[in-house]
Amino acid sequence: MKHLRTTTFLIAAALAAPLAAQEAGGRLDIVVQPEPPGLMMGLVQNGPTQLVAGDIYESLLRYDSDLDPQPSLAKDWEISGDGLTYTFHLNEGVTWHDGTPFSADDVVFSADVFLRETHARLRASLAYVESITAPDANTVVFKLKEPFGPFINAFEVGTMPIVPKHIYEGTDFANNEMNATPIGTGPFKFEAWEKGSYIHLVKNEDYYIEGKPYLDEVYYRVIPDAASRAVAFETGEVDVLPGGSVENWDVPRLTEMDGVCSTGKGWEFFAPLAWMWLNNREGPTADPKFRQAVMYAMDREFVKDVVWNGFGKVATGPVASATNFYSDDVTIYDHDPDKARALLEEMGYDGAPVRVLPLPYGETWQRWAEAVRQNLSEVGINVSIDSTDVAGWNEKTSQWDYDMAFTYLYQYGDPALGVSRNYTADRIQKGSPWNNVEGYENPELDAKWAAAATMVTPEERAAAYAEIQKEIVDDVPVAWLQELEFPTIYRCEVQDLVTTAIGVNDGPRDAWIRK
Amino acid sequence: MTVLVAILSRLGKALLTLLAIAVLNFFLLHAAPGDPAVVLAGEAGAADEQMIAQLRERFGLDQPLYVQLGKYVAGIVQLDLGYSFRQGAPVSQLIAERLPATLLLTLTAFVISLVFGIALGVAAAARVGRASDSLLTTLALIFYATPLYWAALMAVLVFSVWLGWLPGFGYETVGADFTGLARVLDIARHLVLPALTLGLFFMAVYMRMTRASMLEVSQLDFVKTARAKGLSGAAIRRRHILRNAILPVVTLAGLQAGQLVGGAVLTETVFAWPGIGRLMFESLAARDYNTILGVFIVSAAMVILFNIVTDIVYRIVDPRIGARA
Repeated sequence: MKHLRTTTFLIAAALAAPLAAQEAGGRLDIVVQPEPPGLMMGLVQNGPTQLVAGDIYESLLRYDSDLDPQPSLAKDWEISGDGLTYTFHLNEGVTWHDGTPFSADDVVFSADVFLRETHARLRASLAYVESITAPDANTVVFKLKEPFGPFINAFEVGTMPIVPKHIYEGTDFANNEMNATPIGTGPFKFEAWEKGSYIHLVKNEDYYIEGKPYLDEVYYRVIPDAASRAVAFETGEVDVLPGGSVENWDVPRLTEMDGVCSTGKGWEFFAPLAWMWLNNREGPTADPKFRQAVMYAMDREFVKDVVWNGFGKVATGPVASATNFYSDDVTIYDHDPDKARALLEEMGYDGAPVRVLPLPYGETWQRWAEAVRQNLSEVGINVSIDSTDVAGWNEKTSQWDYDMAFTYLYQYGDPALGVSRNYTADRIQKGSPWNNVEGYENPELDAKWAAAATMVTPEERAAAYAEIQKEIVDDVPVAWLQELEFPTIYRCEVQDLVTTAIGVNDGPRDAWIRK
Repeated sequence: MTVLVAILSRLGKALLTLLAIAVLNFFLLHAAPGDPAVVLAGEAGAADEQMIAQLRERFGLDQPLYVQLGKYVAGIVQLDLGYSFRQGAPVSQLIAERLPATLLLTLTAFVISLVFGIALGVAAAARVGRASDSLLTTLALIFYATPLYWAALMAVLVFSVWLGWLPGFGYETVGADFTGLARVLDIARHLVLPALTLGLFFMAVYMRMTRASMLEVSQLDFVKTARAKGLSGAAIRRRHILRNAILPVVTLAGLQAGQLVGGAVLTETVFAWPGIGRLMFESLAARDYNTILGVFIVSAAMVILFNIVTDIVYRIVDPRIGARA
């Protein structure tokens, strides 16, 4: 069987564009928080950088909210029947923002040289790649060593931003002077960055899609205080508050204003899932019964409704429902304090104190930790809250100095990209807060995770991941909390801002303002 | 001549102090928990050992602490504040980008607080015991006791959201591309709320201190003599009492002026003012050692500089100090 995906430009354009006629022109002011440390997306991959630089750089594909790949720099593509060869046909007539023509050589350089050196997350996927070649100026071929189903999800702009070979080849990437004035192929060009105030992008007049982008310019506004960001939106100073820009309790007030719209869409690719690492190595949390008791003790619906103002969904297990191969055929942990007490009694919990480390990302997370402390105290668990700043949190989690620690991680569309890394024994490594921090070891499941990643058909993978989810949820290696939803708040005149699985990150390409 | 020698000797000591401050801060920062490489890797949402090792090597964090210190000190002796790990730019450039905004804000606030604080203090002292004195003193107490953060938010709410008179944040109108006088006026409009908010607290302090000091000095014998000579009340207050009463205010102002750099973190945060306080705060969160150290050194240099200026002002205000030296 040969998987063939050919999507032409016209069809895609027709799908993306509803009947209303887009109007060209106008300016969009979007909040960016915190200020990004840099805009060279191949070097910096934090959230604010992706928000701004997602307009400057592009990758081969984009993804719709069902995570189905759509054209970007690649106009169509094929995957061979054995799942080993990915062939991409690139758009013609694409130029870099400095006028240099873009070609397949840029893609090979980006993936094989630049990002292999700088991009830890992509490096994990590139480990499956045997060769990357450019048979001609408009074709790129990735040959894999073994089938790796999620590879098709690796062509998102934050995962594989295509960078200009003519600027970076042979230079010290991290110290290249051009990092300050990024050059991409995207719909917007870098214009200016007033540190501490704003980043200004202007329309790429030579963009390869006729008529796009519609907007003349985009300003990313740096406003450090959450209350001030809410005021900036109220006073009309900014038009878009990307998810997480304001504290949750301000969201209802802002969305109830006249002419204000909001959407929870645009996070499907990331599917942020919140949980508490439970230290599997020592203390009461090393006992699976204790960990199950924690799950039953928590009133997660209450937190969702009160702390998160009803946004999001209570998590059922390690895979978020927006991520591919999610299964809900697992043990469901409802709020049941009696069951929790029974489990604690069964294991002989002696009241040993447990430290909870909140995530230092603002009030919401502090309140969440307090809610958990209250729930756990109700069943007799002796909890103290151990607060610290971001650097301290990174240090404590990556050095395993905690009992229970809040976190949330992105899933990148596929369990093999953003889920298994948190549960397999080969990812138990001190020094990183994003791997198997809890120290969970289950060799049987490790083998299943590995097998599921390299199965060829989606049907096989779905069955394998369903089995994994069923088993791991009973072990409770971590306490799954909630699928987070960060609503994007914007003025209703702004149309088609969130059309892909990464939302505002690449939204301005299609956005337009209704006059 | 003696003044020149005094200044040169002060400068020499100042440079040594700066060096000591740099070394002390270096150790304090490295003693704090948190590793810049881990924070940076963390921000990327993914990290492997290779990435963290790469980052540590690039920043020189893999070298023994004494080597890192040696390199740092060698750098600052040559006026090189090093490179920001997080922002990938020279620290001196980052500071230079932010310094003008901070100086504009804090100097404006400083002048407002000093001028109005002293004027109101003199006025209150002249009306001691009367209703207007009580009103001024009570207002000063309120300003003194109001948390800056809250006052700032209230100012934005009233003057920006409700009345719409003044912009609530930012340094200038983004994208307006004003030039010349129009730009100056635009920045001035943006400056009003943050400068007033920041200035209120110190205005209250100066007012209360001026008032108390005026009242104290007015009891002294030479004031009685002046009165006996038949001088007018206003002349006595201006030439005799204020001249003597202002010394403690100068001392306090010198101390405050030292905080001009980095002392306005809260105001800069609420008003999105692109100053150095924000840079310091964000760098601290990321453990961006070189940037934090750079801000501390510049800030310490300002403290020392203003101490020297205060000494000079003393000599002008009170010639007796120079004569004794």
